[in-house]
Amino acid sequence: MTSLAGLTGIFTNPDSVLHAAAKLRDAGYRKFDFHTPYPVHGLDDAMGVRPTILPWISLVAGFTGALVAIHLQWWTGAVDYKLIVGGKPFFAMEPSIPIAFELTVLLSATATVVGMFALNGLPAWFSKWQRGPHFARSTDDAFVLTVDAGDPLFHTDKTKAFLESIGAEQVSLVEYHDA
Amino acid sequence: MSTPTDRPLRDPWARAEVAAATIESGHREPLFIGMPTAGEVTEKVSNVVERKPSKAFFLALTITSSIAGWGVLTILYTIVTGIGVWGNNQPVGWAWDITNFVFWIGIGHAGTLISAILFLFRQNWRTAINRAAEAMTIFAVMCALIFPIIHTGRPWVAVYWLLPLPNQMEMWVNFRSPLLWDVFAVSTYFTVSLMFWFVGLVPDLATLRNRATKKISKIVFTVLSLGWTGANRHWHRYEKAYLILAGLSTPLVLSVHTIVSFDFAVSIIPGWHTTIFPPYFVAGAIFSGFAMVLTLMIIARKLLGLEQFLTLKHIENMNKILMATGMMVGYAYGVEFFIAWYSGNPFERFIFINRAFGPYAWAYWTMVTCNVFIPQLFWFKKIRRNLAITWVISIFVNIGMWFERFVIIATSLHRDFLPSSWGYFTPTWIDVSIFAGTVGIFLTLFLLFAKYLPVLAMAEVKSILPGAQPTHNGHGGTH
Repeated sequence: MTSLAGLTGIFTNPDSVLHAAAKLRDAGYRKFDFHTPYPVHGLDDAMGVRPTILPWISLVAGFTGALVAIHLQWWTGAVDYKLIVGGKPFFAMEPSIPIAFELTVLLSATATVVGMFALNGLPAWFSKWQRGPHFARSTDDAFVLTVDAGDPLFHTDKTKAFLESIGAEQVSLVEYHDA
Repeated sequence: MSTPTDRPLRDPWARAEVAAATIESGHREPLFIGMPTAGEVTEKVSNVVERKPSKAFFLALTITSSIAGWGVLTILYTIVTGIGVWGNNQPVGWAWDITNFVFWIGIGHAGTLISAILFLFRQNWRTAINRAAEAMTIFAVMCALIFPIIHTGRPWVAVYWLLPLPNQMEMWVNFRSPLLWDVFAVSTYFTVSLMFWFVGLVPDLATLRNRATKKISKIVFTVLSLGWTGANRHWHRYEKAYLILAGLSTPLVLSVHTIVSFDFAVSIIPGWHTTIFPPYFVAGAIFSGFAMVLTLMIIARKLLGLEQFLTLKHIENMNKILMATGMMVGYAYGVEFFIAWYSGNPFERFIFINRAFGPYAWAYWTMVTCNVFIPQLFWFKKIRRNLAITWVISIFVNIGMWFERFVIIATSLHRDFLPSSWGYFTPTWIDVSIFAGTVGIFLTLFLLFAKYLPVLAMAEVKSILPGAQPTHNGHGGTH
């Protein structure tokens, strides 16, 4: 069974990408995206992408790391198995800082990477745009616009005409197989 | 806006404007030669991965993997026989093994410095070298990890000696020991560097996936690229994640060699118990790391035909960092002596005079010559831009930085507080073979990386090409 993924078009100039993104946003489209070989400055604003919650995930994970590290060092040394080493206190903040710092970084970095991919819906072994004519160029040298057929404003002919009016080239329909 | 004149400008703001105008007008040396387009970047870099490996590649791989294999055999011999096969003695109970550990960890520091700190400082020239330097970091840390693991003698039980795992004895690792801080620092560093490298690779792996024609490479790159499509909504989170990772890695890279230096500084051995160790070790690590990047990349850029992207400008920038960090290291050598004298501590004075003029004077002066004197040649622009001389100097720095760690470790230990136990350390052939083996492992991994993965961060290079970014997005045309 094949289903309609949406419309795709191609841009080669970063200025016209920003221009087109703002037009799509202002026209009320929500489910559209530009597939680009590298991040284009200013495109987030032009598309109206809202800030991601990712930094909060990193922050919470970092605090968790610090708390786990301090608790681990205090509980093992001062509660579970007290052992005098060189006459030092069973627990003190100073020698606990290095490990607290390392676990803060470790948990925060891991959460950042895992969170980033998860929020992006990755890993995904299949993209409904991959059968589109421009897909390979989106990781090479062109900016590929995709408008999802699920967008409330989507209309095969009207949207196509609109995309052409804002500078998209080689606008075409993309279909994909669904199981 | 004022126009550039011949008259020297008194006003600093006017000078800054003239400088900006010079850059805008294109008088600044371009980062890449010949104004490559995004398509050319894809083509040139992917071609390295896609073309058939040459005979020279297999020859090089055979040599390096033979050395690695020899190293693995001697490691097995050590484990089967016991670490008595090493040259360690009383009082030099720490010697070759930890020297190699610190040496390799240090090599690893350039990668994270380039990928994180230069990223935060918006040093765009880093894009030509960051991928390879990050790969180097990971391979160097892998080599480093071999040493603490094998020095335990029974590596299969090392896991509960090193990590706080619940066990039948109900005992825990000693969190008050800097050696344990090291376990956490190095393993965190390895994990974070690996993630950082992988996150950077994902868009480039997607490029390779979309270009793949053979079934096997298609499957491999599909899996590795995690289905990256370059959607801007994804880039949005990706860039945020990259920035956070850079922000986390910057203190991390400084912490790792700081904590490695604590292994020594927290002890009470004269020559080790000094507060200058953390910054001194970090500067030395960056110094040795950049030397290794130069050693490998000067050859790789030539063999892979990437001179267009990794230009003399990049080499010169790296040489400047090499000279700066080399002088920091030289300064630390000087301050150590000053403090030893100024402290009035006879043991401290003795150990430093012994370092420079005792039985290990040959090692000390090798270190000073390689690390302090030779890099001074980089004051000359001609030498900074001369590939052959730069390569030779980078080798000297690699040697010098290995000797730095050896000098610190061996000289402080071979003169104990009790003169009857004074001794001298000589490595055995096993010691030498294991170190050579790690060099073989490092080079083998780097060769495989340079052939089978994109050595240049394609997406990052493309993003800073002339004309790659919009001109009227409110930030002016400076991008």
